[in-house]
Amino acid sequence: MSKQINVALIGNPNTGKTSVFNQLTGLNQKVGNYPGITVEKKEGICKLPRGVKAHILDLPGTYSLNTTSLDESVAVELLLNKNDKDHPDVAIVVSDVENLKRNLLLFTQIKDLKIPAILVINMADRMSRKGITIDIELLEKKLNSKIALVSTRKETGINKLRELIADYKNLPKTQNVDISVIAPEYFEKLATTFPKEDVYKLWLVITQDVNFMPLEKTLFKDASSFATKSKSELKRLQQKETILRYQFINGILKETYKVDLNAAKGFRATLDKVLTHKIFGYLIFFLILLTIFQAIYGWSEYPMDLIDGFFASATEWVKDTLPPGVFTNLIAEGILAGIGGIVIFIPQIAFLFLFIALLEETGYMSRVVFLMDRIMRPFGLSGKSVVPLISGTACAIPAVMATRTIENWKERLITILVTPFTTCSARLPVYLIIIALVIPEGSFLGLSYKALTLMSLYLMGFGAAILSAVILNKILKIKSKSFFVVEMPNYKLPLLKNVGYTVLEKTKSFVFGAGKIILAISIILWFLGSNGFSDEFKNAETIVTKRVEQEGFSASSEIYFDTHQDGLDINDPNASDQQKELEERALAQEIAGYKLEHSYMGYMGKAIEPIVRPLGYDWKIGIAVITSFAAREVFVGTLATIYSVGNDEEETIKNRMAAEVNPRTQKPLFNLASGVSLLLFYAFAMQCMSTLAVVKRETNSWKWPAGQLVFMSLFAYIVALIAYQLLK
Amino acid sequence: METTVAHLKRGQKGIIKEFTENLLPIKLLELGCLPGNVIELVQVAPLNDPIYINVNGSHIAIRREMALHIALDIIEDNMVI
Repeated sequence: MSKQINVALIGNPNTGKTSVFNQLTGLNQKVGNYPGITVEKKEGICKLPRGVKAHILDLPGTYSLNTTSLDESVAVELLLNKNDKDHPDVAIVVSDVENLKRNLLLFTQIKDLKIPAILVINMADRMSRKGITIDIELLEKKLNSKIALVSTRKETGINKLRELIADYKNLPKTQNVDISVIAPEYFEKLATTFPKEDVYKLWLVITQDVNFMPLEKTLFKDASSFATKSKSELKRLQQKETILRYQFINGILKETYKVDLNAAKGFRATLDKVLTHKIFGYLIFFLILLTIFQAIYGWSEYPMDLIDGFFASATEWVKDTLPPGVFTNLIAEGILAGIGGIVIFIPQIAFLFLFIALLEETGYMSRVVFLMDRIMRPFGLSGKSVVPLISGTACAIPAVMATRTIENWKERLITILVTPFTTCSARLPVYLIIIALVIPEGSFLGLSYKALTLMSLYLMGFGAAILSAVILNKILKIKSKSFFVVEMPNYKLPLLKNVGYTVLEKTKSFVFGAGKIILAISIILWFLGSNGFSDEFKNAETIVTKRVEQEGFSASSEIYFDTHQDGLDINDPNASDQQKELEERALAQEIAGYKLEHSYMGYMGKAIEPIVRPLGYDWKIGIAVITSFAAREVFVGTLATIYSVGNDEEETIKNRMAAEVNPRTQKPLFNLASGVSLLLFYAFAMQCMSTLAVVKRETNSWKWPAGQLVFMSLFAYIVALIAYQLLK
Repeated sequence: METTVAHLKRGQKGIIKEFTENLLPIKLLELGCLPGNVIELVQVAPLNDPIYINVNGSHIAIRREMALHIALDIIEDNMVI
């Protein structure tokens, strides 16, 4: 009795299918992808009575077996392919009590495939409120199947469902509807040509819109040539089939399903009136956005500071405890820094998905789509692109993950590709320090130039996103015809358990999916920055110490002293000790800077100098541009290392940057021209390996992130070049 | 010109007659948007598009371009169905 029962969970969207899945499997679930495509695969294990176990597969939500999206075709393929290892022994069709009629359409189709099917009628707790009564026994007889009346909210009926699954062998395999009556001759011909195959199955393969994966196509190669009927004829037949099924369902429900219309009419209408109102609708949406922003931007600051602090002290601890050497450095500066770079994003991702899950569970998300669709359409985007684009201003990583709600692949791809243009929070440190350096004081209409610059950078980000969406919409030739049909579900109180699972699962998929790549790149960057082949690199300590002894400290250390000696009281007896400590630190910083200059990374910086010189940068900024490919905020830290000042000394870095002179022009290196050029470069360049990793994960191909990298970097380079050459 | 779902006023109802375009998504039909069923315009989005309908108990939002292909007979207020 060790064989697991394969169970497929299938149902319309918004029927609480996921809640049923969660209740059956608890935490025994995992989420992955179907091989080769980006459709999410959710599976879990459920313990049944009498020691039997069931493997439960949660199929993507679908209204019927006539697929219109990749997600849906995954469901159909699995049901058709008897050789698939996940091919179900029994299918559970989840329906909700209010939309039973529509849900039964899918049920009859599954029955017609002769797969044993159990009908779950979910949300049974709403029955009395909605005045609904169902004659379950009669309905079971009419559908020739078994029914479990379930309430995931009240947690009732799940045990009955478990019993039914364990007992699946007793489920009848009879068909509900004989669809051949819609075109008797045609179906007869099908049956005689393929005597071994089921006619309904053949019909499904012939009529699919979405490209099928190779599997059954070979078997039905002749079937497709058999589709002698034109596309529109087939469509007509599909319509006839749908009408036929509804006739069958209406006939059954007439006898078994009663609704007392006098029962409460629900508050949907009232709430809809407010939430989709032409003024209040936008106002409420705006307020919700503000809250989400505040959470991602403000509230997550505390956990992020904690994480940051933790990794800083962990690095410190490793360096102090382990014997010094390459291995210790690898752990401290490569691995720990890499893991820190992943974990730091967890609060933002968790907050964003907490809100998204809440909005989806309550049914509000469909209203946002409804409100925004017309506004987004001219740009090749849909109402569903709004949430990702806006969350991109916090961080592109959760934003790209949030595009999963867009069913139309083309609209989703465009959204993924343009989202990184929006100004994320990692650009902020770079913007702030450069704006402070190069943008003059003064104000326009009461707004300071600095604030105006920052605002224009945000607007430019959105502008670039919209503009590239328009272009992509023109050039991308993707056949994914999907019409805009969005169900507006009933408003519901969110089930906290479901929200929790979603947050957990999305966070996990980020940490283990994108995390691997981030870690790998950060180890590579560490290696390049801490190794070198030249004698200068190997003897950095002696060279720098000797130079300091002979010529005194460098200009940057003098600035470092100036900034720090202000606080020193010469009469303080400890003053000389403190002075000594400062000198020691300055020496260490100079050695680190010298080392970086002569490391592989340093040579790379010098190698790319000819490329970045037209933008007004020198090789040092070149290095910072390379290292900040890991994440934009690394820019500031790298400059700090190069200029040999402590990492956390913001004031010092700024003073040091201001003092830097361009050796060729003898003018300050950071002037208005090079500053603006840098700002623009960071506004448009794809300087974030984590985003690339996530885009790779979400599109399942390196093609798109590579294209994104090339296009955005090129665009950034050209814009920065023009700006520098004009302002110079 | 034929009366279609796009011509409904808010709160108005009609009975679906036919589809004037063959390639309407089958999803729409599966949601219950079938000839003979009653359709009600629930809400119109601020820029007049998309529209939000209730057909056969299904609440769905569709774009106006699609609504233009669903022909119907408007049910006048004084009619009883």
